[in-house]
Amino acid sequence: MAEHAVSESSKGHASKSTYWLIAVILGILTMLEVAVFYVPLLHSVIVPFLLVLSAAKFILVAMFFMHLKFDRPILTTVFAGGIVVATVIILAMMLLFGAIGSGAHM
Amino acid sequence: MSSHATAEAGHESIYAGGLRSWLTTVDHKRIGILYGVTALLYFVVGGVEALIIRLQLASADGMVVGADTFNQLFTMHGTTMIFLVLMPLSAALFNYMIPLMIGARDVAFPRLNAFSFWTFLFGSLLLNLSFFAGHPPDAGWFGYANLTSKQYSPGMGIDFWLLSLQIMGIASIASAVNFTVTILNMRAPGMSLMRTPLFVWMALITQVLMLLAFPAITVAFIFLLFDRFFGTHFYIPTAGGTPILWQHLFWIFGHPEVYILILPSFGVVSEVLPTFSRKPLFGAPFMIFSGILIGFLGFGVWSHHMFATGLGAVADTAFSLGSMLIAIPTGVKVFNWIATLWGGRIRFKTPLYFAVGMVALFIIGGLSGIMHASPPVDIQQTDSYFVVAHLHYVFFGGTIFGLFAGIYYWWPKITGRMIGEGLGKLHFWLMFIGMNLTFFPMHFLGMDGMPRRIYTYAADLGWERWNEVATVGAFVIAVSVLVFFVNAIRSAASGARAVGDPWDAATLEWTMSSPPPEYNFAVVPAVNSARPFWLHKHGPTRDISTHTKEEGTPAQPETPPVRVDLPSPSGWPVLAALGLALMGGGALVGLWLVLIGVAVLVFGVYRWAFQPLERLGHPSFGPASTGGR
Amino acid sequence: MDPHATTFGVPSRKMAMWVFIASECMFFGSLIATYLSYEGKSIVGPTPAEILNIPLTSVSTFVLLMSSLAMVLALDAVQSGDRRMTRIWLGGVILLGGLFIGGQVFEFSHFYHEGLTLQQNLFGATFFVLTGFHGAHVTVGVVWMITLLVMSLRGTLGPERSLDVEVAGLYWHFVDVVWIVIFTVVYLIQ
Repeated sequence: MAEHAVSESSKGHASKSTYWLIAVILGILTMLEVAVFYVPLLHSVIVPFLLVLSAAKFILVAMFFMHLKFDRPILTTVFAGGIVVATVIILAMMLLFGAIGSGAHM
Repeated sequence: MSSHATAEAGHESIYAGGLRSWLTTVDHKRIGILYGVTALLYFVVGGVEALIIRLQLASADGMVVGADTFNQLFTMHGTTMIFLVLMPLSAALFNYMIPLMIGARDVAFPRLNAFSFWTFLFGSLLLNLSFFAGHPPDAGWFGYANLTSKQYSPGMGIDFWLLSLQIMGIASIASAVNFTVTILNMRAPGMSLMRTPLFVWMALITQVLMLLAFPAITVAFIFLLFDRFFGTHFYIPTAGGTPILWQHLFWIFGHPEVYILILPSFGVVSEVLPTFSRKPLFGAPFMIFSGILIGFLGFGVWSHHMFATGLGAVADTAFSLGSMLIAIPTGVKVFNWIATLWGGRIRFKTPLYFAVGMVALFIIGGLSGIMHASPPVDIQQTDSYFVVAHLHYVFFGGTIFGLFAGIYYWWPKITGRMIGEGLGKLHFWLMFIGMNLTFFPMHFLGMDGMPRRIYTYAADLGWERWNEVATVGAFVIAVSVLVFFVNAIRSAASGARAVGDPWDAATLEWTMSSPPPEYNFAVVPAVNSARPFWLHKHGPTRDISTHTKEEGTPAQPETPPVRVDLPSPSGWPVLAALGLALMGGGALVGLWLVLIGVAVLVFGVYRWAFQPLERLGHPSFGPASTGGR
Repeated sequence: MDPHATTFGVPSRKMAMWVFIASECMFFGSLIATYLSYEGKSIVGPTPAEILNIPLTSVSTFVLLMSSLAMVLALDAVQSGDRRMTRIWLGGVILLGGLFIGGQVFEFSHFYHEGLTLQQNLFGATFFVLTGFHGAHVTVGVVWMITLLVMSLRGTLGPERSLDVEVAGLYWHFVDVVWIVIFTVVYLIQ
C-alpha cells in the first residue's frame, strides 16, 4: 500500500491501561443493563435507563477504542452525521407506524 | 505568458490503447468517458422506450402495444433514465472534472473508481438482459409492494429489476465514499472549502446524500428479495406486514435521490453562468449554504410522495411544511443565478443556452412541485399526468439541460476539440421546443383527470388532442438528440483543435492543455482565490472574493519538473465487479452460480488488496522517468 | 510537494472507513427502524418475551465487547512493532469474534427448533434479517482479521502497515457498537 502510516498529527494516544479500564467499565455497564432488566421495580424507567447506559457504552467505544477523542474533528463530524440522520429516520418511522407517540400502547 | 501557450500539441494519446487498456484503466479521465458514453447510449435506449409509449398514447384506443408491454415500457423507461442515464452522466462529469478542478492527479481510490464503473455497467446489462429473457420488469420504476410480491408478480421481471438495482447501488455507494474523501482530502494547497468551485461543492453534497440514502433502498430491496425468494412477509398484509413499509423505505431513498439527480446540474449552471457572463457567481457562499440546506432538508420530506396513503393530519402537515421550506434555498439559487447574469458581458455560446434553459425550465418544474407540497392539492394531482409534467420539467428541463450545458462547456477540455456552435444551438432550440411541446400539455391532461400508467384511454374523454401534441414533441426531442450525436461525431472527426482555455474561464481545469496530460498537473497548483486562474489572467478586477495582493494561479508548464508516478492499471476491479454480477445473475439461475460469483469476488478483492497501487515506473512522467505505458 | 499530503491531515483510507461507517449507520438504522416499527405487530407467535434468552445474549455481548479490547491492544502491538503480542491479540479478536458467531448460530438454531423461523411471523423476519446481517458483518470482520494474522505470521505486518490494522479495527469496533444498539433495543427493551 502506497500510503505512509506516518505521524497523522493526532492529539495523543490512550495508554494500554486506559484500554483495560474502558473494557472493565464496559463490562460493568453491561452487567448493570442486564440487572435492570431483571429488577421489576425499575421497569417504569427501564427504557430511558437502558438508552442512557447503552449510549455511554457507544460513546466510550467511539471515543477511546475508535480513537475519536484524539483524532481530527472531521472524523467525529462524519460519524455524527451518519448517526444523527439514522436516529431521525428511526424515530420518524416509529412515529409513523405508531410504535411511539400518542397512538402507541406501550 | 498567455493562457493559450499551454500545449495545443494534442495529448490525445491519453485515450489511445486497445480494449485491454480500457478494461484495466484506473485513470479518472478514462473512467469518466466510459460513464459518459455508456450513459448516452442508454439515453437512446430510454428515449426509444419513451417514443413507443408516446406512439401508443397519441390516439385513443391505441393499438401500438398491449397493456403488459406498456407496463414494461414505462418501468424500463423510468428505471433506465434515472439509474442508467442521469446518474452515470453526472458520474461522468464528476469523474472527469473533480480532480482537475481541485488540483489533484486522480481520485482518492483509483481502483475503487474503476470497480464502481464496471459494477454499474454489469448491473445495467443485467437489467436489460430481462428483455432478452422475455421478462422485463413491469411494476413501475418505484416497484410498489405488494404488486411486486411473488403472488402478484410471479415472473422473473421483478427479480431482474431488484437484483440489477441492488448491484448498481453498491457501485454508487463505493463511488460516494471515493468522491467524498477525494473532495474533502485532496484539494490543492490553499483551496479552502469556501474557495472550492460550486460544481465540486454540489458534487460533495450529492455524495453525502448517496451515502445516506442508498442504504435505505438497499434494505427495502433486501426485504423484497427475502419476501420473493425466502417466503418472508415484510410487505404482506396477511401476516401483519404492510406494503406501506416499502413506500417509506423507498422514498426515504427516493426523495434524496431526486436531489442527487439535480444538484450536479445546479453545480454545472453555477460554473457556466459566471464564465459566459464574465463575472463571478453572485453570492457564492449563499449558493454553498443553500445547497447544504437542500441536502439536509431533503431527508425530511419523503412522505410527500405518500399523501394519498392516509398518514394522518400530523404527518401530512409535517411533511408538507418541510416540502415548502425546501423551496426557500432553491429559490435563493434561482435568484443568484439571475443576478449572476445581470450586468454581465454575455457571450452567447451553447453552454450558456443550456444553462439558462435549465434555470427557466426548472422554475416551471419547481412551481408544479410546490403545488404538490400541499396535501389537499396533491390528492388531486397525484398519480395523474400533472406529476408526469412536474417530474419531466425537473429531470429533463433541469437535469438533462444542465448536464448538456456541462457537456458542451467541458467538451473542449475532454476531447481536445471544439464542438459546433451552429449545431449546438440547433440542438438546444429543438430540444427546448420539443421538451415544452411534450410536457407542458401534460399539466392540462393531469387537470383533466388523465391518470398515469394507463396504456390507453377512450375517445370521448377529450384527451386525444394534447396527447397528439405531446407525441409530436417527443419526436422533436428525438431529432434534437440526433443533432447532438451528429455534432459530436463531427467534432471528434474534424473539430477545430481546442486550446487549454477556450472560454477564458476562472477555475483550475482550464490551466492545462485540452485534453489534459495523463498526470493532469505538471506542478501541483497553489490556490489563493475562489477564481484562481481568472485572478492570474485579469487581476482582481470586478472580483469581490479575492485579495488584491495575490497573484492567482498560472497556467501549467508543459512538462513536470519533477518525476510524477501515477497509479498503474489493474484488472482486479473489473474481475471483482464481474463476481458481483455473477452473484446477482446467479440468484436467477441457481445457488451454484451465486457461489461462483462469491469466489470470483473474493479472489478479485484479495488480489486487488495485495497489489501495490503504483508499480514502479509504470506509468511515470517527467525527468528521469521510464516513460508511459 | 508530498504527493500524499491530505487536506485534513487524516490518511485517506482512514477517512474512507469513517465515511463508509456513516453510510452503514443508515443501513443498520433502516433495519432497526423496521424492527421497531413492526414490533408487536406479529399475528402469531413466538414473541420476543417467549423466546429471547437474555443471560446467553448478555454473555455474547460481553464477548464482543472484549474482542474490541483485543483489537485496540493488537493495534497498539503493531504500532510498537511487537510481533508476538500482535499475533496474540489478533488471535484474541478472532477467537472472541468466532465465539460470538458461534453463540449466534446456537441461538438461531435453537429458535428454529422452537418454531421461530424467517417465515413464521414479522418478529422472525425482522429479527433474523437484522441480527443475520450483523452476524454477516462480524464474519467478514473475522475473515479480515485472519488475513491480518496470516500476514503477521509471515512477518509482513510491521509498524509501517499499522494503518491497515487501524482501518480494520475501526470496522470491527463499529460492528461491536451496532451490537450494543441491537442488544439494547431488541433484547432488553421489549
